[in-house]
Amino acid sequence: MAECHPVGFQWVMEAKKRGATVIHIDPRFTRTSAVADRHVPIRAGSDIAFLGGIVNYILSNEKFFREYVVAYTNAATLVGEDFVDTEDLDGVFSGYDPETGTYDTSSWQYEGVEEQAPAGNRGSEQSAHAGAHELGGRGASLPHANVERDETLRHPRTVFQVLKRHFARYTPELVQATSGVSPQDLLAVCEAVTANSGRERTTAWVYSVGWTHHTVGVQYIRCASIIQLLLGNMGRPGGGILALRGHASIQGSTDIPTLFNLLPGYLPMPRAAEHHTLDDYVDSITSPAQKGYWAEARKFAVSLLKAYWGDAATAENDYCYDYLPRLSGDHGTYQTVMDMIADQVEGYFLIGQNPAVGSAHGKLQRLGMAHLKWLVVRDLNMIESATFWKDSPEIETGELRTEDIATEVFFLPAAAHVEKDGTFTQTQRMLQWHHKAIEPPGDCRSDLHFFYHLGRKLQERLADSSEDRDRPLLDLAWNYPMDDHGEPSAEAVLQEINGRHLSGEKAGQLLNSYLEMADDGSTDGGCWIYTGVYADGVNQSMRRKPGREQSWVAPEWGWAWPANRRILYNRASADPDGKPWSERKAYVWWDAEAGKWTGHDVPDFETTKPPSYRPDPDAGGIEALAGDDPFIMQADGKAWLYAPSGLLDGPMPAHYEPSESPVRNGLYRQQANPTRQVFPRRDNLQNPSPPEPGADVYPFVFTTYRLTEHHTAGGMSRWLPYLSELQPEFFCEVSPELAALRGLAHLGWATIVSARTAIEARVLVTDRVKPLTVGGRTVHQVGLPYHWGVGKSALVSGDSANDLFGVTLDPNVHIQESKVASCDIQPGRRPTGPALLAYVEAYRRRAGVTTETGNTRRTPLEEP
Amino acid sequence: MSQLDESDRSVAEDAGWAEPPARKGFFTDTSVCIGCKACEVACKEWNGVPDDGFNLLGTSYDNTGELGASTWRHVAFIEQPATGVPPQGETAGDLPAAGPTQLGMPTVGAPPARPDFRWLMSSDVCKHCTEAACLDVCPTGSLFRTEFGTVVVQDDICNGCGYCVPACPFGVIDRRVGDAGVKNVGIAQKCTLCYDRLRADQMPACAQTCPTESIQFGDVEQLRERAANRLAQLQAQGVEGARLYGHDPDDGIGGAGAMFLLLDQPEVYGLPPAPVVTTRDLPDMWKKAGWAALTLAAAAIASFAGRS
Repeated sequence: MAECHPVGFQWVMEAKKRGATVIHIDPRFTRTSAVADRHVPIRAGSDIAFLGGIVNYILSNEKFFREYVVAYTNAATLVGEDFVDTEDLDGVFSGYDPETGTYDTSSWQYEGVEEQAPAGNRGSEQSAHAGAHELGGRGASLPHANVERDETLRHPRTVFQVLKRHFARYTPELVQATSGVSPQDLLAVCEAVTANSGRERTTAWVYSVGWTHHTVGVQYIRCASIIQLLLGNMGRPGGGILALRGHASIQGSTDIPTLFNLLPGYLPMPRAAEHHTLDDYVDSITSPAQKGYWAEARKFAVSLLKAYWGDAATAENDYCYDYLPRLSGDHGTYQTVMDMIADQVEGYFLIGQNPAVGSAHGKLQRLGMAHLKWLVVRDLNMIESATFWKDSPEIETGELRTEDIATEVFFLPAAAHVEKDGTFTQTQRMLQWHHKAIEPPGDCRSDLHFFYHLGRKLQERLADSSEDRDRPLLDLAWNYPMDDHGEPSAEAVLQEINGRHLSGEKAGQLLNSYLEMADDGSTDGGCWIYTGVYADGVNQSMRRKPGREQSWVAPEWGWAWPANRRILYNRASADPDGKPWSERKAYVWWDAEAGKWTGHDVPDFETTKPPSYRPDPDAGGIEALAGDDPFIMQADGKAWLYAPSGLLDGPMPAHYEPSESPVRNGLYRQQANPTRQVFPRRDNLQNPSPPEPGADVYPFVFTTYRLTEHHTAGGMSRWLPYLSELQPEFFCEVSPELAALRGLAHLGWATIVSARTAIEARVLVTDRVKPLTVGGRTVHQVGLPYHWGVGKSALVSGDSANDLFGVTLDPNVHIQESKVASCDIQPGRRPTGPALLAYVEAYRRRAGVTTETGNTRRTPLEEP
Repeated sequence: MSQLDESDRSVAEDAGWAEPPARKGFFTDTSVCIGCKACEVACKEWNGVPDDGFNLLGTSYDNTGELGASTWRHVAFIEQPATGVPPQGETAGDLPAAGPTQLGMPTVGAPPARPDFRWLMSSDVCKHCTEAACLDVCPTGSLFRTEFGTVVVQDDICNGCGYCVPACPFGVIDRRVGDAGVKNVGIAQKCTLCYDRLRADQMPACAQTCPTESIQFGDVEQLRERAANRLAQLQAQGVEGARLYGHDPDDGIGGAGAMFLLLDQPEVYGLPPAPVVTTRDLPDMWKKAGWAALTLAAAAIASFAGRS
């Protein structure tokens, strides 16, 4: 965190000053480790084993927060009889189909809740073979929430007992053999987090892409959630799981999404095959019989449609629902790049994105762009993705020739954040307005300017069209006030996002909360979770009241979604009777006299619903939430230790090896995630992993990361002298042991090779990278900061670490596995030109790599 | 007024300022430095200091190397391997022997056993000495003592003679090297403690930007107290090697305007352990030279007087 979020890290240092213990778990000793109380070295890609060890410790030593767990999680809920665990099926859960590499998840369901509901009873749209993109961002639905519970937690099919059996094998010995974490380190972490959790104390976990960029990334997060739920840390001050994101406002870019499968506010994108009408679509989001606020989805969806199409959207035409694009398959970035290579995609907009350097499998990215008809790059600098046609590595090897590339590249210089108004939405869901300080220079323009005028010009071009297919564009509500430079008003856009009353006596007034949204076209709103940012007609994101002038929660600095709630699910900070778990950790509580919830934050609960409220068994939606159901977005109002639906690769996390690993999975026959998304292609070859032969040809683990001095793919740092001089060259970090083993010299050169390509880097020999003993043998790790790319425009250039990765994805969210893979490392510079291709091919031959290598999803039984 | 007050204010008063404000300086608490180098960047941004070359130096994450005419804040990184206690949980097994090579050099006592790896980070800066040799030797009066007690180069007066360069016991000040078009080539340059910002009642750029308040700016007298408290706190926590540097008005430079809390010996950070203002002995040397001259003259006269 100190490396990537040095300014945010000041709060960790502040906490440390006040007596907090800081533990840093990472394959390398970084600048965070330097100021932490303890660094725990771990093998990249083995975190589920480590976290599972903590879960096992908590359950075996009865260190869980019992009252919290029983009341607020699904620990007491019974799982159906048909569920079979990985422990009993050699590494897969029940319902696995090796032909498709997918699960029929119906056997995972709660007792008494059938997955395949009869027609008319919706909410089972998450059908058994749903593709990941179809789940959208909303929580998983249930047909209904009348579940069976045993609050003694003794019934063998309670989630609690299922969990206990599942993690029973994650002993300290197994954790060490898998992750390299010593039993002493594991015990120290377990003791620290359990001693610091409960009524009086809370513990927080902080992570970023070191946990998410894996083929089991979603399950990493699930494992941390299980720990935090068992310890009663969710929804409590000083608790929770803080997901650090990678860029300024990337949180905003999923809230108002640039992801293909989401609409604003985490509504799902409709699917062409099933969602023919607005009703079909809305009914797929949530079942009326389940609990929670997603039952209001129709109001959010209709208000969004009104924001998009304004007056053209009426009840008669389903609010222009037909105009919404539909999913017809996987439109994720990696699939799209492969479609480019197949000449299925003509054009590409790159907005502040440098995939030639920042995406996995750089060669694939650049080959894709070479097949486009046109490419628009909007950036501050002439990034490598804009100049690939003349200076990419493939030009050097001869795989691409400039004169053969027909892609027409348009580079449009962008305004920097101080040259435009707007908001950032950061990791803690907080919107902060930023003011334009100066006009952008020359032709530089903001993204708002670009898209607004692009839309306007397209509308002008199509103004005389009588084609139905042009109506969605022509009917857009696309009229924003502009300043003298043609810059649309960012405030007007934020107001539209917030939403307004459109009719009645409040017509024209900005909405104060999403509770005011209606499904009859009388409100609009571009993103329901952002509604309230303009409460009382005031731009709340502009607020900057200093911390010392307000409470410790500081609600008057910026505005957090939803409703300026700073901690989500904060009902859980009080016990089932509405009393804080302790005075020390009081956060929100029930004021019986006033008949409402109150406290230091906006309560994440219906204001006047008492703790004693119990719903009618036939109720659904918000009414069905009991007074002790803090997890109000969950279909049963409880937090899920075990996920009966919503995930494609398991109701509980299980340790699988990374898709490319030199280590055999010590837990199961199943080597890697059996549902991971693979792309067996000649341009996406994989390193072999055990039990495949040839795994020893790429015997080392490598991991990628950032340095404080640079920013991601370098577009914002490698063109600046003051940053470039701080870290001028691409380097690899190796232990003295690995250096001795391979003959690597400090400040010398090294070549790192995978089945995709070979790259070269300067060598830093350091004790901060340690070899680990895993499975009885030494595993060496190579560290690669990924900021450099090959091009001629930047002040500093170098080979790109991400070129080493292939494309294998987490099945739930299509995220690439770019935090760990296998490689070899040799001293000296790499070959150039066609000799580089021969070098890489020689390795593949030695390893016996074919298009099948690494892509077998269900690991076969080994020959005796 | 305490002795300390007098000596602090007198630095500026001695230089001719009437009723100067309290002496300003830095206390850099390296125990909370996260090595982000924001100080290096903020300094260059504010002062328009040019880049200092794109060179991978390989001294851990330090590619800046040292203070100089084009680097007025320098973050040092020192990796200290664990010693004395074998790493936990690992079998010696097939790992080749690691650790420092014994060269058979004489040592003063055994190094302290260190069970855990340490990575020390420290942002170095001009010390703005109480007794500043660069100030003493400057022939043009370009270097001067400000009303804040800081030492500043006036780049429009400096003639680039370079006398100040060997005078500094820390090797801070230097003459700028650069191509035509770079500002102030050949001119002596160093940290000004953001003199322009102080006069506008702002704090120096590096202190403003430091996210963990490792770099603290304020009245030197108060900073000395804060430093002493922080040292006591760390010593109570058993933090190995914690010590202050540049805090003592009785040291060889009369105490520094920029003092540090270090976690090891100064040499580990590339700092001289017992710096002395290089002009300290000058008056004495002139006196002795004077006596020698007189003695020589007397002897010469005596030898002539003996003739007849």
